[in-house]
Amino acid sequence: MNMLKYWGLATAAALISSPAAAQEAPGLDEKINQAFANFTGPFVSFIFAPFPGTTFPWIVGWLVIAATVFSLYFAFVQFRFFGHAISLVKGDYSDPNDAGEVSHFQALATALSGTVGLGNIAGVAVAVGIGGPGATFWMILAGLLGMASKFTECTLGVKYRNEYEDGTVSGGPMYYMSKGFDELGLPGGKILAVLFSIFCILGALGGGNMFQANQAHQQIAGIVGDYPGWITGLVFAAVVFMVIVGGLKSIARVTEKVVPFMGVLYVATALVIIGMNADQIGWAFGQIFAGAFTGLGVAGGMVGALIQGFRRAAFSNEAGVGSAAIAHSAVRTKEPITEGFVSLLEPFIDTVVICTMTALVIIITQQLIIDPDTGKYMLTEPGGVIATVEGNTGVSLTSAAFGSAFGWFPYILAIAVILFAFSTMISWSYYGLKAWTYLFGEGHTKELVFKIIFCVFVVIGAAANLGPVIDFSDAAIFAMAVVNVFALYFLMKVVRQELASYAARLKSGEIRKFDH
Amino acid sequence: MTSKIVIGLDGTETGERAIAFAKDLAERIGTCELLIVYVIEWSPFTFQTPEENALRHKRREEEVELATSRVVAPAVDALKAAGFNAQGIVRHGDVAETLNTITVENEASQIVVGRSSADGFKKRIFGSSTQNLVMHADVPVTVVN
Repeated sequence: MNMLKYWGLATAAALISSPAAAQEAPGLDEKINQAFANFTGPFVSFIFAPFPGTTFPWIVGWLVIAATVFSLYFAFVQFRFFGHAISLVKGDYSDPNDAGEVSHFQALATALSGTVGLGNIAGVAVAVGIGGPGATFWMILAGLLGMASKFTECTLGVKYRNEYEDGTVSGGPMYYMSKGFDELGLPGGKILAVLFSIFCILGALGGGNMFQANQAHQQIAGIVGDYPGWITGLVFAAVVFMVIVGGLKSIARVTEKVVPFMGVLYVATALVIIGMNADQIGWAFGQIFAGAFTGLGVAGGMVGALIQGFRRAAFSNEAGVGSAAIAHSAVRTKEPITEGFVSLLEPFIDTVVICTMTALVIIITQQLIIDPDTGKYMLTEPGGVIATVEGNTGVSLTSAAFGSAFGWFPYILAIAVILFAFSTMISWSYYGLKAWTYLFGEGHTKELVFKIIFCVFVVIGAAANLGPVIDFSDAAIFAMAVVNVFALYFLMKVVRQELASYAARLKSGEIRKFDH
Repeated sequence: MTSKIVIGLDGTETGERAIAFAKDLAERIGTCELLIVYVIEWSPFTFQTPEENALRHKRREEEVELATSRVVAPAVDALKAAGFNAQGIVRHGDVAETLNTITVENEASQIVVGRSSADGFKKRIFGSSTQNLVMHADVPVTVVN
């Protein structure tokens, strides 16, 4: 509850201090942008407020401490059960009588299509552009630790999901908060669930929507030339509307099939580029390690690199945020913990593999300018971002890095970004909807209201500048993590019981592979 | 011991001819049980939206219900009315693999299917279900044209 109080205070303070309107007569894009920045500023400042006396945002510490606690509490379940998780995804332990139900693979693939996307392409470029190569090290570390957070929340997501009489399911943090806390006789579960749902809706509109629309527009504009963002926004909004309101499944189906292909193509291309520069691999890792502990001249030094790395990892793989618990809860399994094992592969694939590829390609193609005299990175201004070859940031930095090896790749990347953006929007529209229906109840009109709001935000996101959008996206998604992680601390003992019971039965041979 | 024959149906008219052929076989064998099988093409390795996942259990029941009421139940009823010992099975999975699995599970001695109606691109790449079945089945397979 403290949070809301602070939020309220911060909002009041900002209303008093911030100038109300822009100086000159601005275009529509700028108007939207300015209004948006003014409106979301206080919320963003609260979420990214540093620990008193430091520059370290408390929220980043919150997530990393949580991931570390879960890793220790479950004795590094992410490494002990990594192989078992792969067996589960392969279907080795799936009952043949459950054929036709949602498989572990499908639940994982669906959750991944919600997380793999712009965070991996644009987000990493932002992190490396500010925090330098060293951010990569902290990003990988956060990814590995985050696997334990994901394991915890997804096990609970399946355990406490609602299964309705008509066979449909609803799961996610709001359900484990309310049902789990009741079961343990703890108060306040319902309040947490409501808070989480509010932030989930904001996160769905921010990172799951506006950030995606914004970056998709930047990609298209980069190819066809600059034009107003709201045009892209309208087109995207129309397509999203057709899918989530009109029930036009064919578009979603095509996207869901093309997205994994794009993901594989992306990693494969990155590997080829890294292979082409094989002699630089040692140097690149040297930069990553040196940068991780010294910063190599980036703003904020080592802490600057660490903050960027942790922040990007958390935004990209969403471990501890709770969104994956919604996506994973539809799986068919008698053992909730099996989905926990499967879900721990998600931060691994997303962060440790894909994000690292992006970072390596940017570093190895030498997009970041190094001062030849000092060996440190040159900044555009003191305390600013690292200067890049063509002044690129975000997704255009990644695009330039890949393009320096393959001239045609930026076009493929543009298509990939648009498709990733789209599939992430579809996933998040569902997460947001689940939170919405948790708050307001299910019903056609209520759902329609949310879906229309969602489409409106597509337009706003495409029209706004990257700065305010990316800040708000991160802030909203991290706000979900504040509530979610708090609940996970109370519920983690439930997961430990499940883990002990499952591990014992796996060892005794009671749980064994099926013949297929 | 009763011998069993698996009849794979795909909802097309070649299935009728497969049943006719199997009936003929069953009469010659004497004590024979006919297993009418309909496999709903499904793979655990496809990509779906979160909403599709949430509705999957419901859809699965609907698919089984539809296959049973439209294809399997009428065939089984007709066979029973004609004095044959028959039962129906509906399952999800890869068509060829699942037909073979059911055959092995039930210790059936052979499989009768109609010629596959699949065509086009997929068939050129992966072959039809019938081809796969003929290549990989553990028991003799009769393909009725």
